[in-house]
Amino acid sequence: MSVSVDIEKKLGTFHLKAAFETGNDTLALLGASGCGKSMTLKCIAGIEKPDKGRIILDGVTLFDSEKNINLPPQERHVGLMFQNYALFPNMTVLQNIRAGAKREKDRPKRQAAIQRVISDFGLEELSSRYPHQLSGGQQQRVALARILVSDPKILLLDEPFSALDSHLRFRLEQSVRDVIRAFGRTVILVSHDRDEVYRMADRIAVMDHGQIEVCGDKKAVFDAPRTKTGAVLTGCKNISAIRRLGESRIHAVDWGMELSVQGGFENAVFAGIRMHCLRPGEGENSVLCRVVEEIENPFSYTIMLRPVGSEETVPVGWETDKATWESMRQETLPICLPEESLIPLE
Amino acid sequence: MDLFPLYNSLRIALISTVLIFFIGIFAAYYIAKAPRIVKGVLDVILTLPLVLPPTVVGYLLLRVLGPKRLLGAWVLSVFGLKLTMTWWSAIFATMVVIFPLMYRTARGAFESFDETLAYSAQSLGLSNTYIFWRIRMPYCKQGIMAGTVLAFARALGEYGATSMIAGYTPGRTATISTTVYQLWRTNDDALAFRWVLVNLSISFVVLLAVNFLEKRKSRPSGKGGA
Repeated sequence: MSVSVDIEKKLGTFHLKAAFETGNDTLALLGASGCGKSMTLKCIAGIEKPDKGRIILDGVTLFDSEKNINLPPQERHVGLMFQNYALFPNMTVLQNIRAGAKREKDRPKRQAAIQRVISDFGLEELSSRYPHQLSGGQQQRVALARILVSDPKILLLDEPFSALDSHLRFRLEQSVRDVIRAFGRTVILVSHDRDEVYRMADRIAVMDHGQIEVCGDKKAVFDAPRTKTGAVLTGCKNISAIRRLGESRIHAVDWGMELSVQGGFENAVFAGIRMHCLRPGEGENSVLCRVVEEIENPFSYTIMLRPVGSEETVPVGWETDKATWESMRQETLPICLPEESLIPLE
Repeated sequence: MDLFPLYNSLRIALISTVLIFFIGIFAAYYIAKAPRIVKGVLDVILTLPLVLPPTVVGYLLLRVLGPKRLLGAWVLSVFGLKLTMTWWSAIFATMVVIFPLMYRTARGAFESFDETLAYSAQSLGLSNTYIFWRIRMPYCKQGIMAGTVLAFARALGEYGATSMIAGYTPGRTATISTTVYQLWRTNDDALAFRWVLVNLSISFVVLLAVNFLEKRKSRPSGKGGA
């Protein structure tokens, strides 16, 4: 079970150019809205037609511009879940699921499949309700059941949790993870939420302006995002343009700091550091800073810092737990940007 | 009181509405998907009968369907049928006049349709015919029903183009509206008034039916909406 995608599509000034392969695991397309991630899913499902390229699912060519192949969505066996779940409003839960099972022509088999998803997803009680009578979480369950009953070879989830209240998301993520595990085939998930992506996916592809910038194992992508967009999307909030001063020394222009670095900065144009990686105290890469702003979060503080004597620079954010900051609150303090935490970015 | 005009009006209105129901819906469906320029041009042409005076519509129809004109002459020579001055001639006039009502309301309804429903139905393997009749049409039911009733009501009231193409022959082409005019012209005020009452009560019943249908429709969705 695998999918290989290599497509190009022009839409006005927007240029989608996506190429990736994935096997029996969960790949997440991470990107800001309008970066082309939903368009990529639609191309795989056959709702949008790429200008050029090839899409192959389990050895079956779904699309090939050179061979003039473009299977209609009905014949692709691709399960696509939209962010609004797209349940048919004029049908009950049971009718929605029956509509999903129409491809199976053998009646007893179809009935068995319908019964199975209804019990797997615990929909017995809901089967005679209409979509508008269901909560967001229930709608998502029905949508997943309806897709799985159609026996897709691949599951595409477009922002699966964005229509839900934030307090529901965490719990539903868990149940969707169970569904993915039981499904056992390729899953592609589209999201702009880095935490969600990290919890749900095995591999991550960072997308920006229609291009895949970084693609790899999720841990590797979060540790070394490689590009500025990758860093921003994986939640790195401190980013500065740099000038190289020597083998292992850089000038972080936006922060107004001179720092020593480890390897990997040969081609770097930016440097990034995650807010929780800063440390107070003297030592290497320690800069005496003034507190510009103190932002209180529910369980932490974000302290915005600027080197003493500079006015114009972009403040660096340091996230620290409440007790630490409350016991040491100062107006100026030395802060350390550890070498090993500085990420080189292109 | 000879009830022929009532019978004639109803059959003309019913047949025209049924035909326009399908023609209007399919025109709306395909034009909604057409490229923008084609859409703009067709839209203007197809909506024209709504704003043209009925006499102009009647005149244009006679230019085409008249026994000495292009289509009329052809049908007369091949089938031996005269397209004007029969009871069903009025159907042509009525169809042209009510088409824009059906077309515009149906197009409005189709344009409000959530296309993601069609997309997910397609990837579930459902045929485009199934999607059209079982998902798109039910979704747009309210707008399409409103258009149909509006078209039917307008069809019952059609006078101008009908009187030009079908004329007024008692017992053959007379409709309620042409009868009222004829009776008023010949000073038969009492009978004219009775036909006016007939017309009023039909319109009343039609509008009542619309209200009833809308109420019945909104009940299930009103329950437990959130």
